[in-house]
Amino acid sequence: MTIEEITKAIAEYKGVDASEISSEQSFTDMGLDSLDVVDISMNLEDKFGVSIEITPEISNIKALAEYIDARLG
Amino acid sequence: MYAYPLCELLGIKYPVFQGGMAWVSDAELAAAVSNAGGLGLIAAMNSNGEQLRAQIHRAKKLTDKPFGVNIMLMSPYAAEVARTICEESIPVITTGAGNPSVYMADWLAAGIKVIPVVPSSALARMVERRGACAVVAEGCESGGHVGELTTMALVPQVCDAVDIPVIAAGGIADGRGAAAAFMLGAAGIQMGTRFLTATECNIHPEYKKKILAAKDIDTIVTGRRLGHPVRCLKNAFSRNLAQLEYQNDVSNDELEKLGAGALRKAAVEGDVSGGTVMAGQIAGIVNNELSCAEIIESIISDAEKIISGFGINRRSL
Repeated sequence: MTIEEITKAIAEYKGVDASEISSEQSFTDMGLDSLDVVDISMNLEDKFGVSIEITPEISNIKALAEYIDARLG
Repeated sequence: MYAYPLCELLGIKYPVFQGGMAWVSDAELAAAVSNAGGLGLIAAMNSNGEQLRAQIHRAKKLTDKPFGVNIMLMSPYAAEVARTICEESIPVITTGAGNPSVYMADWLAAGIKVIPVVPSSALARMVERRGACAVVAEGCESGGHVGELTTMALVPQVCDAVDIPVIAAGGIADGRGAAAAFMLGAAGIQMGTRFLTATECNIHPEYKKKILAAKDIDTIVTGRRLGHPVRCLKNAFSRNLAQLEYQNDVSNDELEKLGAGALRKAAVEGDVSGGTVMAGQIAGIVNNELSCAEIIESIISDAEKIISGFGINRRSL
């Protein structure tokens, strides 16, 4: 599941347990700035093999998972 | 003089970019830098498409050398000027204050070389993947909008992260800084503060005087609370702003309002105590007014002398 993969990647990035990460909390509220999000999305590009353009609408894990799923077809 | 691959890539003589500075980097300065063999850049700042087009047409009259445009991605007109540069066949652009990915496909299709300014190795990797031909790694010694990393730490890490040329920026104003940048792996340098006192730079004489008089500890960073920190010289305006940032009863909106128009006030109107005088930490060694040609030729010639003479300041054991 894409959501779990992203959650795991962000938990690793932040050095916290995946259970502490909510898929609906905004990246900003998680304490991630725009450069953190670029860093994470580069790791996810490698993992999923798709190009990820973060727009303001993609503000949390749920939205990012939907975006990636749509690109994966 | 050495041969520089970056020069071949861009059709320039010296591997020296002039930073895209709002209210500073106009057609005259960009054309003067390009005529001197560097890469001049017009700052699109918050201009709309037609205002930028007028500057581009003016620069084209002043030089037949390649020059570029710097696009400030936070501008409300970013999408509009992104189209203008395609229509005007600008050969190269730099981007700042954000992630240019959404525009890159259009620019590349128009044959434009894209060189984003990056504050981290992750963003450098991302733009390389999207087709950037080089990146400017700008450390927080620079004036204007700054990131967290210093040039010394950022440049080698970006060089390791990407396979495209890296241009070092932030804290460079003479041959020593340029030589150091080349040692860190940079293929070229970008300077902003040094060009503020170029004879061809049209900023207000009072602004130039402040730069010429500045010393090493004279800059301050404001705007951290708003998420877009800016380095400028200490003056009545910036000291006041810095204090207000610590006051909880001052809202972010009020801080934003104070900052609006402050650079124009200093650079155009010459109010160097009530406006913001953006400059980098290296302003302290910028103490003369020279032509763009003198600046560029001396910096590269000095850097090459330093590099070829490396070791003369050290005794062998």
